[in-house]
Amino acid sequence: MCLGIPGRVERRFEADGAPMGTVDFGGVRKDVCLAYVPELQVGDWTIVHVGFALTRLDEASAKETLAMMRSVGMLDSELGTA
Amino acid sequence: MKYLDEFADPVVARRLLNDIAATVTRPWALMEVCGGQTHTIIRNGIDQLLPDGVEMIHGPGCPVCVTPLETIDRALAIAARPEVIFCSFGDMLRVPGSSDDLFRVKSRGGDVRVVYSPLDAVRIAQANPGKQVVFFGIGFETTAPANAMTVLLADRLGLANFSLLVSHVLVPPAITAIMDSPTRRVQGFLAAGHVCTVMGMSEYQPLVERYQVPIVVTGFEPLDVLEGIRRVLVQLEQGRAELDNAYPRAVSREGNPEARKVVADVFTVTDRNWRGIGAIPNSGWRLADRWAGYDAEQRFDVTGIVTAESEHCRSGEVLQGLIKPVQCEAFGVECTPRNPLGAPMVSSEGACAAYYQFRRLQAAAS
Ligand code: SF4
Repeated sequence: MCLGIPGRVERRFEADGAPMGTVDFGGVRKDVCLAYVPELQVGDWTIVHVGFALTRLDEASAKETLAMMRSVGMLDSELGTA
Repeated sequence: MKYLDEFADPVVARRLLNDIAATVTRPWALMEVCGGQTHTIIRNGIDQLLPDGVEMIHGPGCPVCVTPLETIDRALAIAARPEVIFCSFGDMLRVPGSSDDLFRVKSRGGDVRVVYSPLDAVRIAQANPGKQVVFFGIGFETTAPANAMTVLLADRLGLANFSLLVSHVLVPPAITAIMDSPTRRVQGFLAAGHVCTVMGMSEYQPLVERYQVPIVVTGFEPLDVLEGIRRVLVQLEQGRAELDNAYPRAVSREGNPEARKVVADVFTVTDRNWRGIGAIPNSGWRLADRWAGYDAEQRFDVTGIVTAESEHCRSGEVLQGLIKPVQCEAFGVECTPRNPLGAPMVSSEGACAAYYQFRRLQAAAS
């Protein structure tokens, strides 16, 4: 719950007045609130905590982190897809 | 070095370990605050790769573990009500209350739902106007911006059937409590990277100065943790105590100003009881008075809570770094992730769960 997962913004939209994005976490997609990092654009990488983007991240380190989390099974437990 | 090839880049890992070995001339005790870092350390055997005498003490940074028993019991009472849909992060389901857990409330027919994001709970409230939807808002500073936003959103949507059971905890007061404790052994801290992603670093400078203790902001991946440890050890060996950032790719000095603003609007600082540890002044957030209408504690009048901890569980000592999980007699015997006696055996961030997952066989063999 607490770790935060890197993902890539695939699409932006609005819901109830808040900026939202569909974020791809290495194959799993979720709708995420972008209100805390409104400058995020499609194609940007970000760290997401429980459905909220909290910071931008460069692509290389995002991919590394994703690979590490997948290899040790952390991805599923953080995404609630286990 | 049996674990070394499990690092993302074994060459870098070896270099860091060699640097650390060349740096260290005497014993040191370091604490990693974040439960995610504890799991990394135990999973990758980092504690065993460090030079003899360098000890990693596992900190209280597992939000599930430190949520007060009284609050868990209150959550269980609210979740059992027929008019309530109780939404929670999945980690909380098996956390033992005094005599029950959310999983069992659910199996008895309680409408308990695991959500990935607190926003999902708001959606559930929108879709179920005839029900009271309660979200269990726990965590450190990392989940607070998300939990806070639900209140603003519910307000904007005019949702009268949504409320939050809040039990947030804060890292800097926990460091203060650890350094003020008569049993303290910690000489340097790895601060939790993602907490600082939100809050920035300014709260840690006074702690560095007051206790003359190095604090290094650190990520949770194996190489990040090694680098954080290396930087703390270099400072200790040189007799320095400074605030340093070993996780700049995710942490800036000021953190996330937008998130801090929302959190400061919705929450206010309060004293908090940490399960297994006790009361720590100013160590939590509760809903600010102007948002009291969204406070599940006030909306649902739960009385008569009598808390009772398991007699065998030594989670208080584990959470304060006084013993390692394998030193608890119940570890792996009466207490397992399927049948936990204490919260640290439950969560993906709990220290007992980390040792159970990665050290059980070793503990049995030794
Ligand atoms: S192993 Fe179980 S009983 Fe022992 S301290 Fe950990 S959670 Fe408590």
